[in-house]
Amino acid sequence: MIRLTHLQRLEAESIHIFREVVAECEKPVLLYSIGKDSSVMLHLARKAFAPGKPPFPLLQIASGWDFREMLEFRDATARRYGLDLIVHTNEEGLTAGVTPWSPGTAYSDLMLTQALRQALDLHGFDAAFGGGRRDEEKSRAKERIFSFRSPQHRWDPKNQRPELWQLYNARKNRGESIRVFPLSNWTELDVWQYIHVEAVPIVPLYLAAPRPVVQREGRLIMVDDARLPLAPGEQPETLSVRFRTLGCYPLTGATLSTAATLPDVIREMLLATGSEREGRLVDQDGAASMERKKQEGYF
Amino acid sequence: MIRAGQELIRTDVEAYLRLQQNKSLLRFITCGSVDDGKSSLIGRLLYECKMIFEDQLAALEIDSKRSGTRDGAMDFALLVDGLAAEREQGITIDVAYRFFSTDRRKFIVADTPGHEQYTRNMVTGASTADLAVILIDARKGVLTQTRRHSFLVALLGTRKIVLAVNKMDLAGYSEDTFRGIEAEYRGFAAKIGLHDITCIPISAVAGDNVVTRSARMPWHTGPCLLDHLETVALDEPAETRPFRMPVQWVNRPSPDFRGFSGLIASGVVRAGDLLRVLPSGRSSRVAGLLNGGGATDVALAGESVTILLADEVDVSRGDVLAAAAAPPAVANQFEATVIWMHERALVQGRAYLLKLGAKTVSATVAPIKYRIDVNTLEHLPVNELALNDIGVCGIELSSAIAFEPYRDSRELGGFILIDRLTNDTVGAGLLHQALRRAQNVHWQALDVNKRARADLSHQKPCVLWFTGLSGAGKSTIANLVERRLHADGRQTYLLDGDNVRHGLNKDLGFTGEDRAENIRRVAEVARLMVDAGLIVLVSFISPFRAERRLARSLVEPGEFFEVFVDAPLATAESRDAKGLYKKARQGELPNFTGIDSPYEPPENPEVHLDTARLSPEAAAGVVIGRLREAGIIDVDLN
Repeated sequence: MIRLTHLQRLEAESIHIFREVVAECEKPVLLYSIGKDSSVMLHLARKAFAPGKPPFPLLQIASGWDFREMLEFRDATARRYGLDLIVHTNEEGLTAGVTPWSPGTAYSDLMLTQALRQALDLHGFDAAFGGGRRDEEKSRAKERIFSFRSPQHRWDPKNQRPELWQLYNARKNRGESIRVFPLSNWTELDVWQYIHVEAVPIVPLYLAAPRPVVQREGRLIMVDDARLPLAPGEQPETLSVRFRTLGCYPLTGATLSTAATLPDVIREMLLATGSEREGRLVDQDGAASMERKKQEGYF
Repeated sequence: MIRAGQELIRTDVEAYLRLQQNKSLLRFITCGSVDDGKSSLIGRLLYECKMIFEDQLAALEIDSKRSGTRDGAMDFALLVDGLAAEREQGITIDVAYRFFSTDRRKFIVADTPGHEQYTRNMVTGASTADLAVILIDARKGVLTQTRRHSFLVALLGTRKIVLAVNKMDLAGYSEDTFRGIEAEYRGFAAKIGLHDITCIPISAVAGDNVVTRSARMPWHTGPCLLDHLETVALDEPAETRPFRMPVQWVNRPSPDFRGFSGLIASGVVRAGDLLRVLPSGRSSRVAGLLNGGGATDVALAGESVTILLADEVDVSRGDVLAAAAAPPAVANQFEATVIWMHERALVQGRAYLLKLGAKTVSATVAPIKYRIDVNTLEHLPVNELALNDIGVCGIELSSAIAFEPYRDSRELGGFILIDRLTNDTVGAGLLHQALRRAQNVHWQALDVNKRARADLSHQKPCVLWFTGLSGAGKSTIANLVERRLHADGRQTYLLDGDNVRHGLNKDLGFTGEDRAENIRRVAEVARLMVDAGLIVLVSFISPFRAERRLARSLVEPGEFFEVFVDAPLATAESRDAKGLYKKARQGELPNFTGIDSPYEPPENPEVHLDTARLSPEAAAGVVIGRLREAGIIDVDLN
């Protein structure tokens, strides 16, 4: 008897989710963060609607501080597959001069959370695919695959719709929207393995290469352009590094590594002792911070 | 031990990945309340299987000191209680899904709350579980909640049970205690149809029999919990059953491609297979097949595919493609178990939306036969189902759907109910069986048929054939019945003998032959109108049994209601509103029924109205009551 592999089952479940949203929602969009999870999502979306194209655009929230290689990869990807790409930046935040070094959470609030809400409202999207996985974080473990948002984009963790079997209720009232997580049941290993098996294109930043970095508060920050303010006497050094997650370059810590191929990266990942989000500064303000951010509309 | 694969990762990561690929997946649910140590058990499994990273462990240490319930010692429960409200209250509120793997298997755990107020969350977790781990506190034994959890997992179709008797460290690792609990539980479980039970004495906090056999309980000869989870046989794969796929989406990227996309619920499909589209009943062969990898010759249960058919048949979202040789039944009335999940109670007769597979239809729940007390399993008569109530109900849909009993198929037997105004998921249900004759009827290729037309107007078509002497009150009563049906939004038509003779039958006289032709035409018109989905009222003297039998034979069984409007000749003649009896008595109307032509009273009429006793209004009420009994109308118009 033929048996489906674990990845084939996950793939089938995700495709089912994509199709269900397209069948039941009016104006879906794929939140494309350019990271590895977004790459896998896009790959699955293309399979779900083959031989046609995915019937929805990609939306990227550009903070102005994304890695240059990410933006190049983003544009090349949209071009290669002939996809509609929407790039949104919070102009108010730019005008107000908010930077990754602004005090408190102003940067992530304005340039990520607010920017996303603006873009969704501006285009009237009623469903947005996100790459969140349940294995990432404790509050995500309790989030539904179809996760409802009020017209103010708020998530109410105590009032989630029951989600039985593979029956998803996508009905909503005017102004309400859904965040949909097709990768909910994937683990980090599954994602890497799928990228490997399916040869899914990813941003080269995931693979080790010599890159200019500075050391700050125990983290290696890449000097991706001249805007990164250097402390007096601070000298970028070229080290062989790679990134486990991608975001805004001044806030994303690199890992010392020589893993320049996918199997090498997977080996390192499997032998690693720290969790995936460790390198992401934006997630480390407070124990319940992710749950709070989500309630406010962060993905 | 758990990560024996570590060495392989170092030496040959590709080989390790291939092994990962071929691992099986076990989805299980853990049931127990806050005090049973459920979160502690899952936390320990994650910890022992090396699923916790160093930074997470560091965070756990801080959390344990701040809000742990173990005096600052590592509180594994904090690894899994994800919501701030849960950590504050030290309880689990919502279902959490956890992932871990060992060298032998991958696992997804649905960690669900145990309190009765969270029954809906537990049911959600159980809906996808292959196995349930039911926790018991060794010091407390089998409790009401143990029975409730067991009943719920059995209801949702999880047959494999692990009874984890926890806190053995606090019960002196006593074999007697364990055996007593085991015996009591097995006795109860058998009553609710659970037979595949493995009992394991454990201590989640001390680690006994969780991932390694405990030396402190040498009397336990069975496996430890993780060994059992790694080796328990998985259910027979769904591909051994006949092919079924709910159509999720019609893929039409260009005029020359039209594919039907969906997740295969059961069975195997191959290019060339003959499939049937349900509920329409049309058939066609598989002309092409796409799965995740592109074009393929075969696809099986669990795969998302796109199917191309050889013929241009009408298929839309919500239809089911099935093996033509063994198609599922189609029906629109069911008996089902309903689990209510909303603060606003289920109201009998109210319209909800029902989603099953990819199909969403209008549904009313009535009657609620009984509620099941999940603690005692008693059946209680009720008028509504409140939050977390479970009841057995009748369900009627606005249109027929392909289905299978839940015990055979979660995919085609499980449904959710959605509130039409708020769009909330308010209930879930399990179909057991179809009611009435729609079962196993496969309608054949008629795009718009009688049922479709009648469904559009939410009614069942039928003929009400009023027969009786002239002046008995047929037209008066038929008029009253039609007015009541019309007021309730039913689509009706009244064929009256006198009126028909002015048009359709104006070429006919009153000879025996013409009278027979008169009835034949009216019966044919009534049949057409039933086919059009109408409730047809025929008010005709129709004195001969043979003619009425002919009219009855033209429609399906159950669609013909012979209504005998019974009045003694003297009474009818005394009414004589049209002066016909007088004329007949004077010989001006030959062959007049009751005077010089016989009236054959019905032998077994569906309704017998004694007009000597009943007012016309009361008589109309009797007819309406009969229609309700027969399920033609579903509300009491009286």
